[in-house]
Amino acid sequence: MKLLIKNGRVIDPSSGKDAKLDLLIEKGKIAEIKAKIATKGAKIIDASRLVVAPGFIDMHAHLREPGQEDKETIETGALAAAKGGFTSVACMPNTDPINDNRGLTEYILSEAKKRAVVNIFPIASITKGQRGEELTDMADLVDAGAVAFSDDGQSVKDSQLMRRALEYSKPLNTLIIEHCEDKNLSSEGVMHEGYYSYLFGLEGIPASSEEIIVARDTILAQEAEANIHIAHLSTKGAVDIVRNAKKKKIKVTTEVAPHHLILTDSYLEGYDTSLKVNPPLRSKEDIQALIQAVKEGIVDVFATDHAPHTPDEKDVEFDKAPCGINGLETAVSLLLDRLVSKNIISLNKFIKMISTTPSLFLGLENKGKICVGADADLTILDLHKEIVVDVNTFKSKSRNNPFQGWKLKGTPAMTIVGGKIVYPFSS
Amino acid sequence: MDFKHKHLLGIQGLTPSEIITVLDTAESFYEISTREVKKVPTLRGKTIINLFFEPSTRTRSSFELAAKRLSADIVNFNQDASSTVKGESLKDTILNLEAMNPDAIIIRHSCSGVPHFATTFCQSHIINAGDGSHEHPTQALLDAFTIRQEKKNFKDLKVTIVGDILHSRVARSNIFLLRKLGVRVVLIGPPPLVPLELKKFGVDIDFNIDRALEGADVIMMLRIQLERQQKNYFPSIREYRNLYSLTEKRFRRAKKSAIIMHPGPINRGVEISADMADSAKSVILKQVENGIAVRMAVLYLLLGGKDREAFD
Repeated sequence: MKLLIKNGRVIDPSSGKDAKLDLLIEKGKIAEIKAKIATKGAKIIDASRLVVAPGFIDMHAHLREPGQEDKETIETGALAAAKGGFTSVACMPNTDPINDNRGLTEYILSEAKKRAVVNIFPIASITKGQRGEELTDMADLVDAGAVAFSDDGQSVKDSQLMRRALEYSKPLNTLIIEHCEDKNLSSEGVMHEGYYSYLFGLEGIPASSEEIIVARDTILAQEAEANIHIAHLSTKGAVDIVRNAKKKKIKVTTEVAPHHLILTDSYLEGYDTSLKVNPPLRSKEDIQALIQAVKEGIVDVFATDHAPHTPDEKDVEFDKAPCGINGLETAVSLLLDRLVSKNIISLNKFIKMISTTPSLFLGLENKGKICVGADADLTILDLHKEIVVDVNTFKSKSRNNPFQGWKLKGTPAMTIVGGKIVYPFSS
Repeated sequence: MDFKHKHLLGIQGLTPSEIITVLDTAESFYEISTREVKKVPTLRGKTIINLFFEPSTRTRSSFELAAKRLSADIVNFNQDASSTVKGESLKDTILNLEAMNPDAIIIRHSCSGVPHFATTFCQSHIINAGDGSHEHPTQALLDAFTIRQEKKNFKDLKVTIVGDILHSRVARSNIFLLRKLGVRVVLIGPPPLVPLELKKFGVDIDFNIDRALEGADVIMMLRIQLERQQKNYFPSIREYRNLYSLTEKRFRRAKKSAIIMHPGPINRGVEISADMADSAKSVILKQVENGIAVRMAVLYLLLGGKDREAFD
């Protein structure tokens, strides 16, 4: 079936397009882009008050399948993604079992093919079982479809092993993603260490626990002349380290999660476990540094770190609750409201950071751009519409999102994957 | 009366005049415990649950006696925090007790924020009897009561708190309370246990014990836990004793009229020498005695009388 998207403001950072254009979609690809397209037999979408962007790509999500289907499945995670405006999601390997072999990667891809309404790209673990002892068969995993490698949830503790991973993976044209955390420093911590952790009597996670690994990894990447991608950057010190590394032309890239740009540690006053996340919500100074880093390009990508947990798991003592925020369905509205509509960054830059750049980092050749022949993965935004976050309407299996009740301006209006409208959902 | 709260979660949420109200109310209850018949009918018909997930003798018994002297019915539930071995969540445990229609639940738990958590799903009054490293409000109130008893008022006092400030809910509640009343507070302990960031609470920090004790009116010693040594907050008990233990020689730095306080249980010969603990300057047992009057006051202010119900 043909789709004709009429009169939308088409923004494509990869080509610099920003104009009122019509888009014709045929056989899952973008077939034509012109000021006015006339065609017969196409379903017409009036986008005259809307923005048409290349499909958003979340390069950091936890879909929990296999093994933790009570929290999320590939199917529900994909629905959440579609509702949140994402056409592609890269899923972290800390499933049960860990995605550290071809069988698991192929399983995820085949389940995704059967049940997911968006594109799913598995990230495999750097080390077997994420134990930090032996490398996975990286070439085999790339061949099976893994788009990147990460031991997310923890750092590769052994510096020598991390160095080997960076060196070994170079010819594979893949990406090593590091969750930066020195567990000896974070120890029993449950929130950012500082005034508020002392005030609330909660064990602190010092900024140094993140920064030491960010520093180490940039040094290793320099030595190995390899790429390193830092997941969920969260501290001012880490921003400074990355800024210096980028100045020195070290191939380091970073992502930031919406909650780290919006919520501070002071919010933990009521011990609400939906705010418990790793890295933890940091201080006001850290947020200011992160926003500055977004503006400067020290941060390359927005990623959700979507981490669903069941209500039962979160409805416990703060110390005992698992870390994670369910982010796929609020990320886009949060960023539009807090960054774009407040003119902190341009709409163009926002789209670049949530579509163009992640597609380049993950090597998704026909995605993250609007040009003839590209995959017809599109996110259509309504910048004017106000929404009120209601976790009870989530498509995700879980509800652990601290933005409940927030009024936000700007929301995904339509999500198109491979030429098919996957959101709004057909009833 | 100036005390408009449904729960007592911490000192943080109280105003200076509310603190004084508790102390004044405790004053009026103090005498009851000295009577032949130590009982008044004030809270007759009220049911209170003592829910302790951590071992405690002092605080639990103190609340129990306070409730009984006010004629309330009180039931003790002592539960090892790890007794979730049976698989029941904390929330379910509390909801089960709540189903028995108590008027108040007194909670002690090793995790900070548990009393706050309980208020999100309970109708009962929640009283914090110590949550993790967060607050222990009735301890701070009974400490303030004792200080006032000894010093008459809080004006121009210097209080030195010695020990593991980082993990101490007693220290935290006392800091909040004393600062609200304008008392000068000096903290001292091994540097990893006294983060400089705490200065934002309006306290002074000193790492020299003699200087910290200089001219003090009140010295509060905190219990030091062996577990902290295992985590390298300080090298050894021997070194801790050498640097921070309250000895007679060190005590001489403080004012002649200075008093020694300790929330208990004390480690004799570790944070405090035995002779100091037993000296005439020590008010450690007075603190325990005053605890009952203060807890009677808290129970009364939260659930006593018809005029209280307006705040429910």
